[in-house]
Amino acid sequence: MTTTAHTAPVLPDGLVIVVKRECETCRMTVPVIEQLRNGALPVTVYTQDDPDFPAGLGAIHDHDLAVSWHHQIETVPTVIRVNGGREVARTVGWSRAEWESVTAQSGLGDGLPVMRPGCGSLSVDPDLVDSLRVRFGSSVLGARRVEIASAEDEFEAMFDRGWTDGLPVIPPTEERVMRMLTGTTRAPDDVVAIVPPDLVEVTIEKIAINAVMAGCKPEYLPWVITAVEAVCNDTFNIHGVLATTMPVGPVIVCSGPGARAIGMNSGMNVFGQGNRANLTIGRAVQLVIRNVGGGRPGEVDRATHGNPGKISFCFAEDDVHSPWTPLAEARGATPGADALTVFPGEGPRCVVDQIARDPESLSNTFAACLRTLHNPKSILAFDAILVVGPEHARVYAEAGWNRERVVDEINARLQIPGSELVRGANGIAEGIPAHLKDAVLPKFRPGGLLLVHAGGGAGLFSAIIGGWANGDVGSQPVTKEVTR
Amino acid sequence: MTTLLDPTNERRVSTVERVGRPESLRGLTVGLLDISKARGDVFLDRLEERLSEMGADVRRFKKPTFTKPAPVDLRHEIATQCQVVIEALAD
Repeated sequence: MTTTAHTAPVLPDGLVIVVKRECETCRMTVPVIEQLRNGALPVTVYTQDDPDFPAGLGAIHDHDLAVSWHHQIETVPTVIRVNGGREVARTVGWSRAEWESVTAQSGLGDGLPVMRPGCGSLSVDPDLVDSLRVRFGSSVLGARRVEIASAEDEFEAMFDRGWTDGLPVIPPTEERVMRMLTGTTRAPDDVVAIVPPDLVEVTIEKIAINAVMAGCKPEYLPWVITAVEAVCNDTFNIHGVLATTMPVGPVIVCSGPGARAIGMNSGMNVFGQGNRANLTIGRAVQLVIRNVGGGRPGEVDRATHGNPGKISFCFAEDDVHSPWTPLAEARGATPGADALTVFPGEGPRCVVDQIARDPESLSNTFAACLRTLHNPKSILAFDAILVVGPEHARVYAEAGWNRERVVDEINARLQIPGSELVRGANGIAEGIPAHLKDAVLPKFRPGGLLLVHAGGGAGLFSAIIGGWANGDVGSQPVTKEVTR
Repeated sequence: MTTLLDPTNERRVSTVERVGRPESLRGLTVGLLDISKARGDVFLDRLEERLSEMGADVRRFKKPTFTKPAPVDLRHEIATQCQVVIEALAD
């Protein structure tokens, strides 16, 4: 009999013992099992590997591991006492005291050591667990099945179907998607967001499929889900970020201990290649926009140039060594929480200042470079992230400048006379209307300059990530805590 | 054979027949939607002039922002009031 999904075999009343021959502890406890058969409770033995083990005890072969899977056997031997079809007690491995307690019999295993650990159950064997998960749990997945003929190259087939961002993707098989779903406690059919531009509901399952394709590990999935939630709303306005002719995409800044735990890079080459978590989380979000939302370049995506970060632009903040509160916390997240901030950003550019050792001089450099963002005459319309490298941050740390002070000092240097900004000034036709020539105007709106600490330990460099149309007219950065 | 899970929204695109092109715009209501981009009004003012000369009854509409789709109510208003749409994209 092959057990199908969701039909957990009912355990017989009495004592149920799950063993495998390969396990030395199981072999050691065979005399104890024989002893138990003389007791008051009926004994049922399930064997995972050898159908004839233990000899002469009438063991039932759990050949498809259905009993082991559905009853969460992680270690053999496992002893379960069952009453009225319900489990009332359990022990794993060999411990005389535990076995005597669960079986309600005394004097077990005379001559055996007091205790000995068991072995891993076959049902949690890494080589088997993915296929078992599909066999016993696949009906929870609702996505259409696409069959790729054996003569077909599955990677080419996925390119042909338009599922990729131009790079190869991992084939989203049921095994891989089920494994991905172990990364979250949320149900596969849970609706996460409405994804533009087609305004389609996206479920946890569809996000997991795209996360597999992007190359994510299961532990990255909560970050991908949170990022999808963070961009798919009227505040962040991913529709506009996608559709614009400007070269922007969702930039994802991750904060908190969880970002370190999944191995994200906040240090050397922080925006670059080589880190799986950074690259695949951002990529998964973009694949969701493409595949679920229907947002593709040349269609609703009208970018004049785009930027390489539209494949993936995701990185971690170095909040451990930062002289400042993390960005997410500064934007309202619970202190110490895992959280991410999404920002509509272009590619990063470098700010070089190798001489400044005082915060005023360094702030002058930052202000001068930020002034040119998008156009030296552009004001108020665009936000920016200033990613301060550790060597630059040290200058501020030594001067005792906190996050607010740094932002205020830079903004104070970006109060620009209207005469420099009006149309035609400095021989540049672009500019603001002439009637503002006597005004003094800020480069950034309040809250429009975001500060992040990240980058390698060597190099007196920082980076600017320019934004897109800000505020209600365009996009607001969104910070969201990550939940499992 | 490999079985993959479909990563897309699995929607089938429905096609709708276009209404026939009118012989003339005289007496027809033409909607012009300003998407709220800078200087779009300059272009639309001139377009309104030309269409009015052709006998069309021109009505003007405006999106709150160019970065977001037109609100449902606005789309409904245009659909119920106008017989002709001029579709164009500019930047």
